[in-house]
Amino acid sequence: MSIELIIGILNIVLISTTPLVFAGIGELVTEKSGVLNLGLEGLMLVGAVTGFITLVITGNYFYSLFLSIISGVILSGIFAFLVLNLMTNQIATGLALTIFGIGLSAMLGKKFGGTPIDGLNPYYFIVISFLLVFFVAYFLSKTKTGLIVRAVGENHNSAYSLGYNVIKTRYLTIIFGGVMSSLAGYYISICYAPMWQEGMTAGRGWIALALVVFATWKPWRLLVGAYIFGGVAIMQMNLQAIGVKLPGQFFNMMPYLATIIVLVFISSNKLRLKLSAPSSLNIPFEKNQ
Amino acid sequence: MVFLIRVQLREDYSNLIFYLSPLVAVALTLFFGSFIFLILDLSPIESFKIFFISPISNSYGISELFVKATPLAIIALGLSYCFKNNIYNIGAEGQLTMGAIFGGGIGLLLNDSTSFFLLPTMILFGALGGAFWATIPAILKTKFNTNEILTSLMLTYVALFILDYFVVGPWKDPAGYGLPKSMPFPDAGRLPVLIDGLRVHIGVYFALIICLITYIIYNKTLFGFKLKVTGLSSKASQYAGFKYKNLIFYTFIISGACAGLAGLFEVSGPIGLLYRDISPNYGFTAIIVAFLGRLNPFGIILSSLLIALTYLGAEDAQLFLKIPSAVGFVFQGLVLFFLLGTDFLNKYKVFIK
Repeated sequence: MSIELIIGILNIVLISTTPLVFAGIGELVTEKSGVLNLGLEGLMLVGAVTGFITLVITGNYFYSLFLSIISGVILSGIFAFLVLNLMTNQIATGLALTIFGIGLSAMLGKKFGGTPIDGLNPYYFIVISFLLVFFVAYFLSKTKTGLIVRAVGENHNSAYSLGYNVIKTRYLTIIFGGVMSSLAGYYISICYAPMWQEGMTAGRGWIALALVVFATWKPWRLLVGAYIFGGVAIMQMNLQAIGVKLPGQFFNMMPYLATIIVLVFISSNKLRLKLSAPSSLNIPFEKNQ
Repeated sequence: MVFLIRVQLREDYSNLIFYLSPLVAVALTLFFGSFIFLILDLSPIESFKIFFISPISNSYGISELFVKATPLAIIALGLSYCFKNNIYNIGAEGQLTMGAIFGGGIGLLLNDSTSFFLLPTMILFGALGGAFWATIPAILKTKFNTNEILTSLMLTYVALFILDYFVVGPWKDPAGYGLPKSMPFPDAGRLPVLIDGLRVHIGVYFALIICLITYIIYNKTLFGFKLKVTGLSSKASQYAGFKYKNLIFYTFIISGACAGLAGLFEVSGPIGLLYRDISPNYGFTAIIVAFLGRLNPFGIILSSLLIALTYLGAEDAQLFLKIPSAVGFVFQGLVLFFLLGTDFLNKYKVFIK
């Protein structure tokens, strides 16, 4: 392999992994506060389509980015209202959000499939994604607000009795996660593709979800994990090209298998589980009990 | 003016409202759905007609309704065991796929068979395949305390890639112009249709039988009672000495077998061969069906028909209204949102001061 080829592959890995970093780091913060949002795929698709439509209509990158973010705020706000105020089941609500998002994005984008646009340079977003991981790692481990987020996620009853506003904290982390997913979608339709196609996120929302577990809820590991997952996907295509006979599907299922193995590893030991997973994850907070 | 909203757990928890709230959710979905049609510059009444009435206004449409409702009902009935037990198996899509691979694989291996026993063997292997795939999260949950939500979800994607491997690789039809699909199953491996010329098949009977068995299990057996107690309070169930780990196993295996059965019915019924997209999200949509049917066997039959209608309506809408068939997902998502939301009003009293 020549140097050019290696640099080329690294470049593709960098460009194709960034949406995983965005969606994953958002979900990590949401889960750190004790909420499991399975709606990533839906959020990404709606973020992708609103950004794309706005760009086609206005021709303005700032507006399109803004509206894409707003779509994430609205959708994740609805999710937050349901799971926090109405105390609905987080799994069912997240799935509803994904199914709804798949449908909504397809409807909104119907007239815009195949419309050509001038894509944005992906490198801005790549740099931002690294800064974001740094920021989240610092925020969660070194700031007081980050400590509150973790406290709420570990034991919401204790956090509540210490006087922290559990509901408000979770609203903010859910919306942060939602916006990050929208940005991931925006990146895919504006920088990576750049175009709109029904269901174009192609399951990246689920990989991002796996990634958070794979990273045992730690921001830096999430970054490493994202590049491992992204790298495996790209390697798969290139190995085929240079004639390796292993079926591509086995590479594609690696992220999911690896996540299951990590999950088994951390949960088989009670202490290890306590040290990695937020204890209140997926447990609704009922103030009046 | 400041509103103070206070909520309080209801003591007069109403079963009537519990069973009526799906209707409220459907009504709200239709109400909001009409806005979606208005935004798209379509007349809501005309659109609803195309969406919900015209698809079932002839015998072909009614047959298609049952074709779509059958897998949804079978999977959702299986899932109700898990959900009653507070076990979140959300990997039914993967278990369906495994059922199709196992059962369909038998059909492909014995491809020159004309035996009467081919179809029953395929059905058996379909159920086994689904059950096998569901045992993995069950073992991980009981042995290693691993969260079943994430493992069952991840295994879904693993199963989809395994199916993809088979239809692109070893099972690809040599005469299929290189398309990623298998040979058709032999006639002896095809599910008999109920009415000549229509696609509705004997899976409908299976769905009804599973529904009746489930009703009996839930209401007349100790196993059903254990599920109910465990679902209401896992502590009470422990004090009573019920073996929770066994319950997890049984509920996973039942739901996996049902999903596998549904997968086999799809490939040996309407589809007739194996290819990549054997299921339009049935495994995930069945979760909505189970919740909308309130985990009640008869309720699930009704909700499976309703959700099947959203699939048909979406196909017609694509044809006649020129809107993407994904509009069906919008309705499915909305109805689940509203159902979960209305449950709140049943569980809690709201005071506004």
